[in-house]
Amino acid sequence: MKHRYLPMTEQDKKEMLETIGVESVDELFSDIPESVRFKGYYNIKEAKSESSLLKELKQLAAKNEDTESNVSFLGAGIYNHYKPVIVDHVISRSEFYTAYTPYQPEISQGELQAIFEFQTMIAELTGMDLANSSMYDGGTSLAEAGMLAAGHTRRKKLLVSDAIHPEYRDVVATYAYGQSIEIVTVPTKDGVTDMDALKVLIDDQTAAVMVQYPNFFGQIEDLKTIGELAHEAKGLFIVSSNPLALGVLTPPGKLGADITVGDAQVFGIPESFGGPYCGYFATTTKLMRKVPGRLVGETVDQDGRRGYVLTLQAREQHIRREKATSNICSNQALLALAASVAMTALGKKGVKEMAKQNIVKTRYAKNAFEAAGFTIPFQGAHFNEIVVKTNKPVSEINQYLLEKGIIGGFDLGRVYPELENHVLLAVTELRTKEEIDALVAEMGAYNA
Amino acid sequence: MHNENQSLIFELSKEGRVGYSLPELDVPELDLEELLPEGYVRDEAPELPEVSELDIMRHYTALSRRNHGVDSGFYPLGSCTMKYNPKINENVARLSGFANIHPLQDESTVQGAMELLYDLQTSLVEITGMDEVTLQPAAGAHGEWTALMMIRAFHEANGEGHRNKVIVPDSAHGTNPASATVAGFETITVKSNEDGLVDLDDLRRVVGEDTAALMLTNPNTLGLFEENIIEMAEIIHSVGGKVYYDGANLNAVMSKARPGDMGFDCVHLNLHKTFTGPHGGGGPGSGPVGVKADLIPFLPKPVLVKKEDGTFHFDYNRPQSIGRVKPYYGNFGINVRAYTYIRTMGPDGLKAVTEYAVLNANYMMRRLEPYFDLPYNRHCKHEFVLSGRRQKKLGVRTLDIAKRLLDFGYHPPTIYFPLNVEEGMMIEPTETESKETLDAFCEAMIQIAKETEENPSLVQEAPHTTVISRLDETRAARTPILRYTKVEA
Repeated sequence: MKHRYLPMTEQDKKEMLETIGVESVDELFSDIPESVRFKGYYNIKEAKSESSLLKELKQLAAKNEDTESNVSFLGAGIYNHYKPVIVDHVISRSEFYTAYTPYQPEISQGELQAIFEFQTMIAELTGMDLANSSMYDGGTSLAEAGMLAAGHTRRKKLLVSDAIHPEYRDVVATYAYGQSIEIVTVPTKDGVTDMDALKVLIDDQTAAVMVQYPNFFGQIEDLKTIGELAHEAKGLFIVSSNPLALGVLTPPGKLGADITVGDAQVFGIPESFGGPYCGYFATTTKLMRKVPGRLVGETVDQDGRRGYVLTLQAREQHIRREKATSNICSNQALLALAASVAMTALGKKGVKEMAKQNIVKTRYAKNAFEAAGFTIPFQGAHFNEIVVKTNKPVSEINQYLLEKGIIGGFDLGRVYPELENHVLLAVTELRTKEEIDALVAEMGAYNA
Repeated sequence: MHNENQSLIFELSKEGRVGYSLPELDVPELDLEELLPEGYVRDEAPELPEVSELDIMRHYTALSRRNHGVDSGFYPLGSCTMKYNPKINENVARLSGFANIHPLQDESTVQGAMELLYDLQTSLVEITGMDEVTLQPAAGAHGEWTALMMIRAFHEANGEGHRNKVIVPDSAHGTNPASATVAGFETITVKSNEDGLVDLDDLRRVVGEDTAALMLTNPNTLGLFEENIIEMAEIIHSVGGKVYYDGANLNAVMSKARPGDMGFDCVHLNLHKTFTGPHGGGGPGSGPVGVKADLIPFLPKPVLVKKEDGTFHFDYNRPQSIGRVKPYYGNFGINVRAYTYIRTMGPDGLKAVTEYAVLNANYMMRRLEPYFDLPYNRHCKHEFVLSGRRQKKLGVRTLDIAKRLLDFGYHPPTIYFPLNVEEGMMIEPTETESKETLDAFCEAMIQIAKETEENPSLVQEAPHTTVISRLDETRAARTPILRYTKVEA
């Protein structure tokens, strides 16, 4: 059969077989033992032409309710934000997206420099000394931070705040099991990590204390105090942070964090039903040689020109093999590029303005809910999410909202039994006053 | 222009320029000091660049011109399967109904996406010959670790938690032993024999009641099919261990042999390789894991299932599951691309892919054989490994050959891997390249072999035509500069 991705002609094939010295392509597979040879025909769908496949997949895509044709208040770790149009133009340049890991720096300076710039921007936002080239996502990045802490402190216990994203906590637990590390959950009080409980739980076996900033409920944790407690116990302080919030919040690096991780999805990356996203990993110079994943460093060429290379590779799996402390082999280069372009477009002023709009609009929504008679159980400072108590099951309310073209918030009762009939709503800069008012009105109408 | 330093975006920054257009603030403006606790309002702005939109586009266009991708030219990087990345995949992944759906939306609102994933899962079950597939892992190494965690859970559930050894061939990818360590296992290395295959006697020597699993790439990293696979699987199974298939090289065997029929208990695939990801400059990937029936209870949560009424559902009720390995449901965008590719190729197309991948590799191997040492002289599969030891005797190392190839506009092969070949060059042409391209690359290699004899310094000092010459990697590692710092004028 001929296919547009397969250029060999029958004549080519004939000449090549002659050069090889075999009669047929089949002969090249003669080393596969008869007993394991697959003699059937894959029972998968037959090939489709370009136009008919596109048509079919467009119809399939149209079966989904997307956040473009609906108004979304769903966050919980992944957000519907302003994506500068330029982002997709840059990452669509195939010199970037069809390249592999920049192992040959002479012909990969573009990618290497883009990553170096990404590392710089993440370090700037988090207030940390340095950042790596990216991780799979915020959840696995947090897990890697926990593994690093256990290895570094030679301790086997991680204190994990219950106000960290529940799915992130689950991922940390899976990794921890592999390394025989104990997970201790620190409860919350009024929507933030319970300091009294933390003081009781922390001990000389604590490798690290992990919190989220802003936390899963949108609340601002008291990083300074938590960091001091972690350091008094000689453990590390790990913060999972929404990097957009750091446009207005004091960065974790200024509040004692040893490792700051999170997801840069907020910068130009679509929600994409779970991925790919862009985990980041930032830390101190002290821990530089223990960082998982790839790092790009600056150097010079033989003629003294500035250039970039993958560096400190002695940490990585392809050198250390079974002695490696992380098995990560790739990074999210293309998403790191997307995030870099978005961070560049926003710049110093835009990142602050956008973060501020999130807080201000969320505060507007909070006031509007309270005015409509809803209870907001957590009254601490927030970023772009609030918890609203409802009279009816959240799933029912969301069903109703969907009919009105609104994608409702996250049903907290799904993971926090004590928060049944509580919804986590995200209000980003994209939500207008009109949309917020409509949400409050519709929820009020259904809830009453 | 090439003699100047390429500007960093930070060096283009000028206060007062913007590259964004945020929505108007249509609610009352408030003061941050009133909204945030004392000490939590950022007082020093992050030093992000201040540039216009055209500045940004020019900057990244300039960077892209300093980067080589598959669309720029031939990229025979062994073990990485640098095939053409179809453009339809990019269009499909960007459809709003796929790109703009939130992972925590109600299942009833994302049935189209779930249907796609389920169909992909089912196709991969068929292609691998396994019983069930999870699309959760984000990349190959992540898939390896996921599968090893499942093997660990399986042994523990059978009261055999003492099985703590994972056997890995000396030719294995570095991720294999590293994944074993992260999953809490110890690694034992098994030797290769003179044919480049796993030494069965050595394998028998290292197995025992502490064996948890054997990890194997087939064809192996030399591009050779492990002919004794059935016997190897028997050796491992006879002591109660599991056999793990590293699917990095699946491009070599589609429609020819399935891991499930070769005795493997689990497999990971690299959708960014065989199934046209793309590679994205180092990621994202997608590393689904397929398993045989007895490992199904241990699959990571949630498991995508089809209900009797035909709707799709994420099943969290999996008491023996190893738990979550990633937030949400895997790298959906990459899975969409892989699915589009499978649907574009169909069963005939995937078979042709493997046949041409293997034909192309064997053709190049035979064309280059007179000029370079071929340590393992037999039919290869999708890739082959040459040794530069003949050239090394003349003072030209494999690294030099790789750098000289840059002058011809090619991305070099993978070099110094696998570790069991001296001065190794691992060449994987893939099926999407034309004979003309393969011939031109071979001619370049032959010319370099001649230059090595006649004018070795030309090779030793390469590259001569790139935007930058060889970089001082020692300096980069000794005095690491990992970020830009503004120098005050």
